[in-house]
Amino acid sequence: MKLKLKVWRQQNSQSEGGFQTYDVDDISPDMSFLEMFDVLNERLINEGGDPIAFDHDCREGICGMCSMYINGRPHGPNRGVTTCQLHMRSFHDGESIVVEPWRASSFPVVKDLVVDRSAFDRIIAAGGFISVNTGNAQDANSIPIGKDIADSSFEAAACIGCGACVAACPNSSAALFTSAKISQLNQLPQGQPERYRRTLDMVHQMDKEGFGGCSNTGACEYECPKEISIENIARMNRDYIKASLCKD
Amino acid sequence: MSLDAKIPPGELSKKWSDYKSKVHLVNPANRRSIEVIVVGSGLAGSSAAATLAEMGYKVKVFCFQDSPRRAHSIAAQGGINAAKNYQNDGDSVYRLFYDTVKGGDYRSREANVHRLAEVSGNIIDQCVAQGVPFAREYGGLLSNRSFGGVQVQRTFYAAGQTGQQLLLGAYSALERQIGMGKIKMYSRHEMLDVVTIDGKARGIIARNLITGELERHFGHAVVLCTGGYGNVFYLSTNAMGSNVTAAWKAHKKGAFFGNPCYTQIHPTCIPVSGDHQSKLTLMSESLRNDGRIWVPKKKDDNRPANQIPEDERDYYLERRYPAFGNLVPRDVASRAAKERCDEGYGVGASKMAVYLDFASAIKRYGKIEANKHHLDNPTEAEVITLGKEIIKEKYGNLFDMYKQITGEDPYEVPMRIYPAVHYTMGGLWVDYNLMTTVPGMYALGECNFSDHGANRLGASALMQGLADGYFVIPYTIGDYLSGEIRTPAIPTDHQAFVDAENSVRERIEKLMNVKGKHSVDHFHKKLGKVMWNKCGMARNAQGLKEAIEEVQQIREEFWKDVRIPGSADEFNPELEKAGRLADFLELAELMCIDALDRNESCGGHFREEYQTEEGEALRDDENFAFVSAWEFKGDGNFELHKEPLVYENIKIAQRSYK
Repeated sequence: MKLKLKVWRQQNSQSEGGFQTYDVDDISPDMSFLEMFDVLNERLINEGGDPIAFDHDCREGICGMCSMYINGRPHGPNRGVTTCQLHMRSFHDGESIVVEPWRASSFPVVKDLVVDRSAFDRIIAAGGFISVNTGNAQDANSIPIGKDIADSSFEAAACIGCGACVAACPNSSAALFTSAKISQLNQLPQGQPERYRRTLDMVHQMDKEGFGGCSNTGACEYECPKEISIENIARMNRDYIKASLCKD
Repeated sequence: MSLDAKIPPGELSKKWSDYKSKVHLVNPANRRSIEVIVVGSGLAGSSAAATLAEMGYKVKVFCFQDSPRRAHSIAAQGGINAAKNYQNDGDSVYRLFYDTVKGGDYRSREANVHRLAEVSGNIIDQCVAQGVPFAREYGGLLSNRSFGGVQVQRTFYAAGQTGQQLLLGAYSALERQIGMGKIKMYSRHEMLDVVTIDGKARGIIARNLITGELERHFGHAVVLCTGGYGNVFYLSTNAMGSNVTAAWKAHKKGAFFGNPCYTQIHPTCIPVSGDHQSKLTLMSESLRNDGRIWVPKKKDDNRPANQIPEDERDYYLERRYPAFGNLVPRDVASRAAKERCDEGYGVGASKMAVYLDFASAIKRYGKIEANKHHLDNPTEAEVITLGKEIIKEKYGNLFDMYKQITGEDPYEVPMRIYPAVHYTMGGLWVDYNLMTTVPGMYALGECNFSDHGANRLGASALMQGLADGYFVIPYTIGDYLSGEIRTPAIPTDHQAFVDAENSVRERIEKLMNVKGKHSVDHFHKKLGKVMWNKCGMARNAQGLKEAIEEVQQIREEFWKDVRIPGSADEFNPELEKAGRLADFLELAELMCIDALDRNESCGGHFREEYQTEEGEALRDDENFAFVSAWEFKGDGNFELHKEPLVYENIKIAQRSYK
């Protein structure tokens, strides 16, 4: 396959970026999208150029590190797939592909396609946990949890924290990410004691980080590589309203 | 220097509880002024850091990824073992201990493994309390499944994402302490050296990967939780960034390296598809609960799998190992696959693959479902539809992943699989306290050598990482730190910090100044090929001797001809890769030396010269029942120390899964 790539290049967070165009050939349809970038980078290095920086690690769709905005869509054209799992057979010979970093003011660009997503960590640090010190736990089976609740909690917990939801959202809202963690914990019996405090604290942190508000476009769910449902946002909003009304 | 494993005296089953009641403690007021550095944020690192911070220690955590949640523990699929005996099928602490020692081919330390089995149940309790959504039955209780090498159901799981859920639990606990200001987190930082003062570990030099700045950090103790070194093979199931650097730097500062040649080759991975391949993807061992492994009985049979009739298929694991069938341990399953492919029975375009087939499981589950739904005479199509739903519920994400990568639908055609490098049992040598041979420096999780002997059983890596972090280090570190309460924080302008930083800077400058012709990957691929062919699934003396020379040659070429673009004072992934490869190039030689020295076959270490008539691994307990602990003596020079392995509670036997 031969392809024309238009890739966002930006030296660091302070500098201005812009697109550069690269022609690549000899691409096999069995390559992953990132392997195609490996080939291009190898060539750039051999030519004495500067390889394109991009985040990636596990390359099996679970660590959440890869984060390319491909042809106007986070993680590219296929649903339920991360960039690292996207294969070149999803493109056709001769196609032009535009690749950008996640665009959101809360995710400043580090270099080229690499962004800083530490805002997500701070949202979790604000309340995305159950306060249980090591050694305090009772026997695991002494907390029976119905399969439907366990499954629903698990589905929310499948979020990989990649930030595609923010990149997809016209408001750069982190509602899907934040609500997924809230929804995982708030549905479980273990999560009840901190349910409302958690919701308030995490939502406040989300706002503080500069993420926009949710206006129910649903783009986040559509583009989420783990297909996390916007039902979680509804749960979060319900608990947030309850928490706000019940407070003192 | 002689090795002292510091195994507590007394009866095996009482060692750990006796130890805990007698170990020296640090009182809560003193913990506030004691600083601990944790490197790595996977299961071992996150759980250790969170727990130590809960206890009151001042903790700093370092990881090279952009967030601690990305550590490669996240990719573990199948599950975590625990001797809960919830299934009432005869499980016990002793049985988990026994299975693990046997699974490790009698090359692990009894006392450590028993402790692991003892705390396994606490891990499940802790994780459930944190909100880890394990799979459950309709009655609300936890569900279990089987894994290789055992005959009970003791594996807890969360679909095919168990590692993710456990890591996110530990990450939550970590973030909670970060939010409370008790842990300072350094993401996108890579440890590049240990600082030792008067023989004790007192801190690290870390590189800020965004700015390129070198930073000095003091700690009363340094805890390495930096994972395994499978990427020495270039292609492995490890993440792209997984590396040996922290452990190797520790080794060069005096920590002995234990059993470096013990590598786990996982039997069920998606086969290599071409030269462009950057990594290999695992298909969880849990699939062997329901998938049947086979090859055609005829050599070079090019018919599609579905057109090969039942009686022309060789279910070779079921044939060779009727007692364990498809659930033999990983080393056994991998070698059996290699044997069939080497003999010419392999399938797929490369002929280096075997089938993992779910057709009969789909039918079996379909019939059970049909009964449940009171369908008296279901058609075959109905049965298959019902069966597929069950398979989807159990393994859906794995099937999707397979389809994504290969473009084939495993609900319709059998998966093609082949063994790949997955885990390294070897690692830094540690004593019972998990302390390396450098006082004050600990190694937890995959980066130590301790619990899995020569072969790790499935669902035991998660168990070990969390056992070490949640339940072992919080006790054992007190034994050392209780002697450190009078040591004030050492200022980082101390000469030892200055020297360490200078040597790190020199090495970086040396790398940058090579200005050669070839990329880092060019050399890494070369190294990987040598290691896979000569120090991989099967090894022999001749090949290993060649490998040592070839590795030395690649190392020499690398230092003469590597090209690293950009500068050292900026975000520079190529420089990161180069530093890691430089360390792999040194480790690779030690792996070959160790494999050459161990004149026996055991677990993942299969020396072709030492096998039974049936092709099974042939141990030599008389001469090799020891841990090889290698001391660094200068470039390419290593001295062997032996820790004898004494089995008082298990009768050593030829491992049999027949």
